[in-house]
Order: sequence, then C-alpha cells, then structure tokens
Amino acid sequence: MDTLYIGIVVAVYLAITAYLGWLGFKQTTNAADFLVAGRKQHPIIMALSYGATFISTSAIVGFGGAAAVFGMGLLWLTFLNIFVGIFIAFVFFGKRTRKMGHNLDAHTFPELLGKRFDSRFIQGATGLLIFLFMPIYAGSVLIGGAIFIAQTFSISYDAAVLGFTIITAVYVVFGGLKGVMYTDAFQGVLMFIGMALLLIYAYTSVGGVMAGHTALSKLAPEAKILFGKGGHMGWTSMPAFGSAMWMQLVTTIVMGVGIGVLAQPQLIVRFMTVKSNKEINRAVLVGGVFILFMTGVAFTVGALSNVYFWNNPKYQTVAIEAVKMAQAEKEGKVYKPVVSVELTKKREADAAAALLNPALAVKEPAKPAAAVQSAAIAPKTGAAAPAAPAPAKPKASGALTDAIIPLFINEAMPKWFIPIFLITLLAAAMSTLSSQFHTMGTALARDVYEKGLQIKSKNTVLVNRMGTLFTIILSLGVAIYLPRFFETGSAIIAKGTAIFFGLCACAVIPMYVGALYSKRFTKAAAKSGFLAGVAVSLLWMAFIHSAEAAPLGICMALTGKASLLDPRSWISNLDPLIAALPVSIIVSLLVSALTSPMDKEHLKKCFNGIEKV
Amino acid sequence: MLGFEGIGVVLAYVLTIAAALLCVIYGVINWNKSDEEEKL
Repeated sequence: MDTLYIGIVVAVYLAITAYLGWLGFKQTTNAADFLVAGRKQHPIIMALSYGATFISTSAIVGFGGAAAVFGMGLLWLTFLNIFVGIFIAFVFFGKRTRKMGHNLDAHTFPELLGKRFDSRFIQGATGLLIFLFMPIYAGSVLIGGAIFIAQTFSISYDAAVLGFTIITAVYVVFGGLKGVMYTDAFQGVLMFIGMALLLIYAYTSVGGVMAGHTALSKLAPEAKILFGKGGHMGWTSMPAFGSAMWMQLVTTIVMGVGIGVLAQPQLIVRFMTVKSNKEINRAVLVGGVFILFMTGVAFTVGALSNVYFWNNPKYQTVAIEAVKMAQAEKEGKVYKPVVSVELTKKREADAAAALLNPALAVKEPAKPAAAVQSAAIAPKTGAAAPAAPAPAKPKASGALTDAIIPLFINEAMPKWFIPIFLITLLAAAMSTLSSQFHTMGTALARDVYEKGLQIKSKNTVLVNRMGTLFTIILSLGVAIYLPRFFETGSAIIAKGTAIFFGLCACAVIPMYVGALYSKRFTKAAAKSGFLAGVAVSLLWMAFIHSAEAAPLGICMALTGKASLLDPRSWISNLDPLIAALPVSIIVSLLVSALTSPMDKEHLKKCFNGIEKV
Repeated sequence: MLGFEGIGVVLAYVLTIAAALLCVIYGVINWNKSDEEEKL
C-alpha cells in the first residue's frame, strides 16, 4: 500500500513535469527562447523559478540538519537569503540587469559582462569559470538527490543517479529555459506546500510555538556538553563570538551563501527573462514570501527537532545523538547518547545533593564528552548486563547532520506526509539541477565556443543543446566517479555549493556592480578584479582554509601539512569569500583609478534608460 | 536574561520577518510601476 501510494504520487509528479517540459519544447523556436525564455515570462513564474533554483535539497536537508546542530543562529542566513538574495538582488541588480541585457542584446550572464566591457576575454573566462567549477556544485546536488532516491526506493546509487540525470536532462535539452522555468514554477509550488505543512506539523509535535521555543532554550546545558568546546551556547543563542563554531556559522554558512547568491549566473539570467521592470517589482513579493517558507521553515524545524527527540520516549536525547542511536540500531548495536533525559536528571540530582551536603561534591572528575563518546556504542544484546564496547566506524559529521531531517520526518510526521515530503525534496533537487545544466550548457556553447573562441554556427539552438548535453554528462561523471575514486571525494562534494558560491562572488561581484552602477569602471579593472578574485580564492582554499585544504590534499602533497596555518587558528576558519572578495574589490578600484574609462558612445548604449530604473 | 549571543538570535528573527514584510510591501506598492520595448 505504502509503495503503491508513493509510486502513484511520484508518477503523477513526473507526468506533470514531462508535460511542462514538452510545453517548453513546443514554444522554443529560436535562440532567445532557448537562452532567455523569449524575454516575456510571467512574474510569478520568474519568481518561483528563481526561488526553486536557489533552494536545493541541500538547503532543506543539509542546512536544516546544520540548524539542528548550530541552532536558530542560522536564521541570519534566512535574513540574508530574503534581504540580499531577493530584495537587493531584484531591486538593485535585477532591474538594471534586465535593462542593460536588453540594451546590449545579451542572452547569458557572461555575455552581459562581455558586452558591457566590450571584451571577449571576460565573456569567455566567465563562461569557462562556470563550465569548470559548476559541475562540482551540480554534482553535489545530484549526489544529494540520488542518495535520497536510492534510499527511498531501495535501488542502487548508480541507478538512482542515472535515472535522476536522464529525467532532468530530457526537459532541459529539449525545453530550453522555457521548459526549465515552467517545471521550476510547478516544483516551487510543491515545495511551498510541502514546507508549509512541515512547519504546521513540526510545531504540533513540540507542543506549539511558545512551548517549543521555551523547551529549546532549556536544552542549552546539553548543547554545551556536546559542542561547548567549539563555542556552542545553546540552540536559541549564537555561538560564542570568535569561536570555531561562530566562524563557521558566520563566515562560511551565513556570509558565504548569503552574499554569494548575488553572483550566481543561473539566478541572474532570470532577470533577463521578463519584458519590463513591472514584472520584477511583482516578483519581489512572491520571492520574499517563498524564501521565508523555504529556509525559514527548514532552519526552524531543524533546531526544534532537538525538542522533539528530547521528548520522544524512544530517544530522549537531542537530534544529532538520536541519529547516532537510529544508525546504531540499523547495525544491530546500541548507542548510548552523551546527553539524555536520564543523564540530566542524574546531574540535577547530584547538584541538589551537593548543595545540601558539600562533602558529596568531592567526587571523581566528570569524563570529557569525547571519552564518553568512545565507549558509547555497544553491540545490541537482550541481556541487561553491560556488553563489551565494540568499536564502530565513525561516521562523517556531514553524513550525521544530513540524516537529521529525514529521521525527524519519518518519526514525527504522519505517514501520508512522507511521500509529500519526498516530492518536495525531489522538486527542490530537480529545479536546482535543471537550471545548473542549462547555465553550464549555455556557458560552454555560447560563451566559450561561439563567442569566446568565435566559432560561427548555423544553428545556435542545436549548439546550445549539444553544449548542455555535454555538461550534463560531465556532471554525471562527477557524481559517479568522484566518490568512488577518492576516499575523501564525498568531503569535497559536500563543499561543492560553498566553493562555487564563494568563487563566483570573488570573481564576479566587483565587475558586476561596476558594470551596472559605474561608467568610470574600466575594462582593465574588470579583468584584473576577476583574475585577483579567482586566484586568491583558489589559493586560500588550497592552502589556508582547513575545511577545503585538508580534503583537497594539495597543501599536504606540497608541504606535508594539511594547511599552512594551525587548523585551530581563526584565520584557518576564515572563509575564502571573506579573504578574497576584499582583495578583488581593492584591485578593481585601484586599476580603475589608473586606467582610462570606456568609449562614451558605448557607455551611452549600455546605460540607455537605466538612470530611470 | 538574554545574553549577547541570545540577542543575536532574536535580532535574526526580527530582521527575517522585517525583510519578508519589506518584500511584500515593496511588491504591493510597485505592483503596476514600470519604467516599456520592438514577426544572433
């Protein structure tokens, strides 16, 4: 019954997706249709497509799980997602991008920059950056979606990744951006419904809004036992200022993704798909509410899952420990959590007794969390006597946090909701992946092949379809072979989103702002800022930022050290974006001041009608 | 008592709701506003 129900829900979803992809194919007659959806999209379709592309499975499951560890501080990312990712992006970047794209007849983001600075190098190099590094980001979305599909339908990972790719590829290659945006909008509606239901049921499962948040505040001592060394202060507080957890939360998660969104080519091209700024004004409303319901709900539910598991008689511990218990149970073992209702009661009783009789306070020192943890997993036996500890293979922290939201859904939600949430996640993965495929394909075909290398083609649509197909095969290769050939492959893939967001931001933001807002910003400044941003960002990842330097292994191979600096120092925890973006900005401004501005006639054409925007 | 770190989270809540409201109000006020553009 359950399998039949899931099968019917998925079949209906795929049938509607296929129909919308076919609709896009029927309406794609020229290159403008394939590349910018004919420049006449409806504002609601544009806003939902932008939002659904922005939010992938990793935003809901990965970052939702991170909220179960970091707590409500992750809402700073939701604030930036809405304020920077929607309001600033649409009002201050979107309108000028649409108008300038129209003035210059640009059909991709690299083409907009290339034509604005009258530079084949800028268009080709930006296209090449997308073509070379976006497959890592697409690979991470593909892997996340495929693992989820494989687990749900009990099929092999390879079959899941192949099926997922083929279904998405068909409507991207044939439907172009119209097919992508129609399916995105449908998937966005499903995501909105799924997340709204999740919020309602999550609050119901923890006793309501006030009760849930009050209970979460009371769990602060457990957070300090588990993550106190990293600077955790409780799930309704930020980590201690400057601590390792604070640096990771603020510089990598909040700033890296929150600001990096401004330079995402697959999102920027959406601004060029509408016919006037009226559509952009209307899309701001839809986009703001949509993102609030996506990351706002995912992060709130992630943090509140700690209360649910604490109150659940089966677990009586916090989310990350509940996942360890569930995984140990699957392996036929028992995991004794480091924090639990039982241990807290004992601790409180000891404290009360010590208060009454100070002599009792002189006891053996408490074991540190790590020591307790190492002895916590024991084989599952029916006997009451303690069994000998069996060493269990430690799981990566990323794998544990990724399992929190799925476990919460399976435990806390009604059974009928599980297939609905499955579709929500499937829609989130497919909408992001389809846009990535389209952007990579057009970057290779139009920006590198046709414009950068100046190879003329008779049929632009066919060349773009072939380019898209080629980059899809490349992403499939990343998703299949990277985790297989490199033991640390999954660690690199998990960083895919942050790496691409950061790299794009450092390379592109200074010249993108200069292109839209300054007639004084020169071609040389755009080139030098781009190169400085890419160089500093890549070097910082390879040699300084321990989160990437260690799994990449370049620094280890050259110097014998995982990172050039002490991995515990604050600078080793500083995200590449925070290091490289200021360098890129300073280089751009200096070069711009030292070189002469572009031709006045060209600038007049670029900025025609923009002062009124 | 809210500590420095606790205020950080409350501020995130307030700003998140404020940003969403800003998007809604901006969209409503400018619903019909445009700058409005002409059978490779």
